[in-house]
Amino acid sequence: MSLAVRVIPCLDVDAGRVVKGVNFTGLRDAGDPVELARRYDLAGADELVFLDITASSGDRETTYDVVRRTADQVFIPLTVGGGVRTVEDFDRLLRAGADKVSLSTASVQRPDLVSEASRVFGSQCVVLSVDTRRCGDATESGFEVTTHGGRQGTGIDTLAWVRQIVDRGAGEILLNSMDADGTREGFDVDLIALVRDAVDVPVIASGGAGAVEHFAPAVAAGADAVLAASVFHFGAVTIGEVKESLAAAGYPVRPVAMEVV
Amino acid sequence: MSRVVILDYGSGNLRSAHRALERVGADVEVTADPEAVAHADGLVVPGVGAFAACMAGLHAVNGPRMIGRRLAGGRPVLGICVGMQVLFELGVEHGVTTEGMSEWPGTVERLQADVLPHMGWNTVDAPSETAMFAGVEDAYFYFVHSYGVLDWTLPTSDHMAAPLVTWTDYGTPFVSAVENGPLWATQFHPEKSGDAGAQVLRNWLGSLV
Repeated sequence: MSLAVRVIPCLDVDAGRVVKGVNFTGLRDAGDPVELARRYDLAGADELVFLDITASSGDRETTYDVVRRTADQVFIPLTVGGGVRTVEDFDRLLRAGADKVSLSTASVQRPDLVSEASRVFGSQCVVLSVDTRRCGDATESGFEVTTHGGRQGTGIDTLAWVRQIVDRGAGEILLNSMDADGTREGFDVDLIALVRDAVDVPVIASGGAGAVEHFAPAVAAGADAVLAASVFHFGAVTIGEVKESLAAAGYPVRPVAMEVV
Repeated sequence: MSRVVILDYGSGNLRSAHRALERVGADVEVTADPEAVAHADGLVVPGVGAFAACMAGLHAVNGPRMIGRRLAGGRPVLGICVGMQVLFELGVEHGVTTEGMSEWPGTVERLQADVLPHMGWNTVDAPSETAMFAGVEDAYFYFVHSYGVLDWTLPTSDHMAAPLVTWTDYGTPFVSAVENGPLWATQFHPEKSGDAGAQVLRNWLGSLV
């Protein structure tokens, strides 16, 4: 046996509520992140990611409360990202019960944040979220880092960036293809393979999942974990089905104890 | 109800361990108070981050002495993740060697694998006599670490029951759990390992007297 490929659902949380609808049957409250986290745990999720998109900093206390209540009830790893700008933000999320914290725009603006967080808390809880897109000849690899949810290009070469940030202590890369994101046409396997070769930390592939057959090619390209949001929330594909397809392709997965749609 | 103390020495997120132990029926307190540590039915030694930082934190609360006293009296202790690693003789990280608590001989060193940290769910190869993994021998557990014990070097003796050593494979085999009388330890995080982890914690509570 060996290390299982992780299948990870991502929930966008705004002021304590899940933004996009989630189509599980029998939910009392389809907008409650804690109830959804519990359902995904039962459905076989290996980890959970909360992306906090709360715009107002005044509402961020709600996020800490959601993290606390989730950690009290769900006993699988929880990564929280979005709006983390300081070591203090990082500390508050870990104390609330997050196991890992992901950094995105803030790390581009201030890469020292990655060094500081990994020194204080350890690399194992520092996830670098990279929103990247194809940019032709503008960078050597043909991919550039973007910020602000993919709306702003930076001209920074994605491969140079991930190498630098892993040197600074990031323990995992959450690799989100802004080209594939939302298309439901599959992961950007070229991007995954390039990043896999560039760094020796785990890579979570994100962006583009639309069908069960999209997941195994991402793993073949080098992903250690696969992440998706809407394809799970709308019930187009279950986590159990993804795991069956990965197992059929010869990859180890942690079996789902109880199939829940 | 078993009274369990989680040793509070400034190491990371203790909320999950607290709640996971409550979930399986323990009465849990997070503290470094020597009286509470001495009198608890079971002591949990957590740990994340660097070996040297954890040892420094443990020394600051007189942890090695409190742990040693419990074990000398046959009182149960459970080390988790770096809380397991510091039970060995030495830790080597970034070229720096740090002395551990030497409950077992051996060195905690960098794992030999292409991708590190070893992050995610993996299986264990437990001895048939295991009490820790009773009921969950084939389950997956959640690991996150870059260092581990690759060589178990404790000599066997006719006078002592040999510790039960459980192995996991990642690049090479490493020690993923030890059961040694009152001292149990796991490299994985039972508090993050869903129902399988809960069963390990339940098995540990069942071993408390």
